[in-house]
Amino acid sequence: MSVHSHAAPEPVGGKLFNTATFILGILVAVMFAILIVRFIFGLGAVTNLNDGYPWGIWVVVDVVIGSAFACGGFSVAMLVYIFNKGQYHPLVRPALLASLFGYTLAGVGVLFDLGRWWNFWHILWPTYANPNSVMFEVALCISAYIIVMWIEFSPVFMEKWGMKVQKQKLEKVLFFFIALGTLLPMMHQSSLGTLLVVMGPQVNPLWQTPIVPLLYLLSAITIGYGIVLFESCVTAAAYRRQIEMHLLQPMAKVMLGVLAVFVALRAGDLIVRGALGHAFAPSLEAFFFWLEIGCFLMPFLLIGSQGARRNPAMLFLAGCSIMMGGILMRINGFLIGYDTGLGVDHGWNYFPSIAEMLVTIGMFAIEILAYIIITRRFPVLPREEAQAAH
Amino acid sequence: MPLAIEIANIKNAKHSTETECRLVADLRIKGKLMANQDLISLETDHRVEETAERLGMSRREFLQFCAAIATSLGLPQGADAAVAEAIATKKRPSVIWLHFQECTGCTESMLRAEHPTLEKLILDVISLDYHETLFAAAGHQVEAARKTAMEENKGKYILVVEGAIPTKDGGIYCKIGGKTAIELLKECAADAAAIIAIGSCSSWGGMPSTGINPTGSSGVASVLKRPVVTIPGCPPNPYNFMSTVVHFLTFGSLPALDQLGRPKFAYSRLVHENCERRAHFDAGRFAMDFGDEGHRKGYCLYKLGCKGPETYANCPTVMFGDAGGGTWPVGCGHPCIGCTEQGVGFEKPIHAMAKMKNIEPSVFLPRIVEEKGVGSSLGSAAVLAAVAGAAAGAGAMVAKNLGLSHKAEELEQAKNKGQKANETTEV
Repeated sequence: MSVHSHAAPEPVGGKLFNTATFILGILVAVMFAILIVRFIFGLGAVTNLNDGYPWGIWVVVDVVIGSAFACGGFSVAMLVYIFNKGQYHPLVRPALLASLFGYTLAGVGVLFDLGRWWNFWHILWPTYANPNSVMFEVALCISAYIIVMWIEFSPVFMEKWGMKVQKQKLEKVLFFFIALGTLLPMMHQSSLGTLLVVMGPQVNPLWQTPIVPLLYLLSAITIGYGIVLFESCVTAAAYRRQIEMHLLQPMAKVMLGVLAVFVALRAGDLIVRGALGHAFAPSLEAFFFWLEIGCFLMPFLLIGSQGARRNPAMLFLAGCSIMMGGILMRINGFLIGYDTGLGVDHGWNYFPSIAEMLVTIGMFAIEILAYIIITRRFPVLPREEAQAAH
Repeated sequence: MPLAIEIANIKNAKHSTETECRLVADLRIKGKLMANQDLISLETDHRVEETAERLGMSRREFLQFCAAIATSLGLPQGADAAVAEAIATKKRPSVIWLHFQECTGCTESMLRAEHPTLEKLILDVISLDYHETLFAAAGHQVEAARKTAMEENKGKYILVVEGAIPTKDGGIYCKIGGKTAIELLKECAADAAAIIAIGSCSSWGGMPSTGINPTGSSGVASVLKRPVVTIPGCPPNPYNFMSTVVHFLTFGSLPALDQLGRPKFAYSRLVHENCERRAHFDAGRFAMDFGDEGHRKGYCLYKLGCKGPETYANCPTVMFGDAGGGTWPVGCGHPCIGCTEQGVGFEKPIHAMAKMKNIEPSVFLPRIVEEKGVGSSLGSAAVLAAVAGAAAGAGAMVAKNLGLSHKAEELEQAKNKGQKANETTEV
């Protein structure tokens, strides 16, 4: 996969059936039950969506947040392959695995939210496609990226099933897919922000700005690193493995750098546009704005010093904090700061129904379940002894 | 003045047919249309004045009535004057009016027209020589009157039939003066100049012919096996009947008819086409239930089963039953039941949706009042809180464990360092 020599990844092993996978399996089953109802009786039967809020958590959480959480693979790949920081290579496969499922499920999750879901293929069919649409760009990029990621990740399966010849052939052209895999998320992560630009004055000025695509891209990269911190710590804790502290420490520093650029841009934009006043209004929007900003500033407090960065607990909390910031930023823009009535037509309201939430929970359960199964059975995580030898 | 409003309505409708225009043009060329082609100039005409006086109405009202008749016939300018002159001067045509299987609604609507003078006009324009409802005489006396009128006006009288004709079992289900409806109809039709079937029953069988049709009710045309003028409706608008008769009086011929014998001036357009609620249909605003928000706001009644889209009649322009502006069924909030249309009226359930003759509305149109969404319920808030709590708890536990192991590691490192330091000092 690269010229850098590292400990070869290997399956973690262990039992597949335990309490965790059992609970996850139940959550997934519940999700499928709700989806059957949804696909037969329509969106109105299970969701709280309405004309004022046609997008609920299935779009905002499953797709927009889900795909941002899946940026770990992209962020680490960018570090390794674009900035040639080969030492991070052991982080690529686990990050890519999380991304793979994050994106695949985000792509599938869009289908749940389509009123006439059986027409889903129209968006990519040449005679139906609308190349001037932001949604088209997002749909095209995400579907292309899903395919690219499966190709990027396929060496894992090839190693497992002993397809040496095919793997060699693939590795000759893999650089092309890796390049694509870095380009495509940049395109659609920014386009997800463009959706807010398109919504215009319906979105609160705190989240609607011409540079929102750039902010979404930067925050997605930051979240990508945040998720790697989170995932490495959780994996280490769950599988009782060593944490790759020697990799996470410098990566956390990179993350803080990108985060600083993001926060500066976010603040600068608000000041230049004169939108900061909205942050001091006694409103729900303002409260959630400060909560979001707080989450983005928290990592500086937590892991600002070299000493703090040595503590995995701090790295973990910083990762959580960034993820929380990313969640809030997207929920704020798409739901809390969104007013379809433009302040004139009052009374529009949305809060996810239990069924809606259970589907979203089920989606994340699939991701975790798949992560557990694949890391236990396929060579994804670095070999433990090799780790110790480092 | 309601009449003036109606004239304006009728003018807007423009039911003009080519035949009518040609007819008037021909008359003009032949000089048959009198020099007075301007209705207003007739105001000073003494014959008009006399007629108006005879009818007990003002001269102006009489001329307005003539203009209304001419416009509802779709005749061009100048024809109103011809109509006025014809009514004022021509010999009234003899009319024999037969009643069979019916409810007398057609006659009722004619006599109970909103304009108090209309029934007078009807009785003045025509010489009603036989009418079972209106005749004071009875029995042999009245049958004799019919025979006399038929003989005197042989080949010139107009036969009007109200009600369906039962044909089953030799037509025994309707007898007048010992004769079956079929016999009476055939007898009277033999020497008639024109036959007008008034109402849906005589037009095609109407209400008595629905379902299993126990008496074999049929329309006039199918019994006589020849085309007749049909003025369907339950009841039809009296103006449509009047206009047909006045056309006959003025021009000596019947107005242009469609393939079902209906005068084109009245039945060439769908109710849907000139409906006052059409804009709501086009905008996709429908009443869904009687008394709902959309119904109160006067939205389109299509989804309540309005048959306007498949019914040919001029109700939206002349109003149903001449009961006055805005008082036709759709105007009152009830869907059109399609009473003028065979196979629709009395046949389809009132609530059944009409078969659209032109474009069908999308089923994906917005509701009358869009739900604006519900807030959090106790359950949904609890689920969200549970998820957040579980995540926070799990996060805290992971962080705590990581912190503990870090501490232990650092202690060990420090211990190792200390040991090393000790070792070095020892050496």
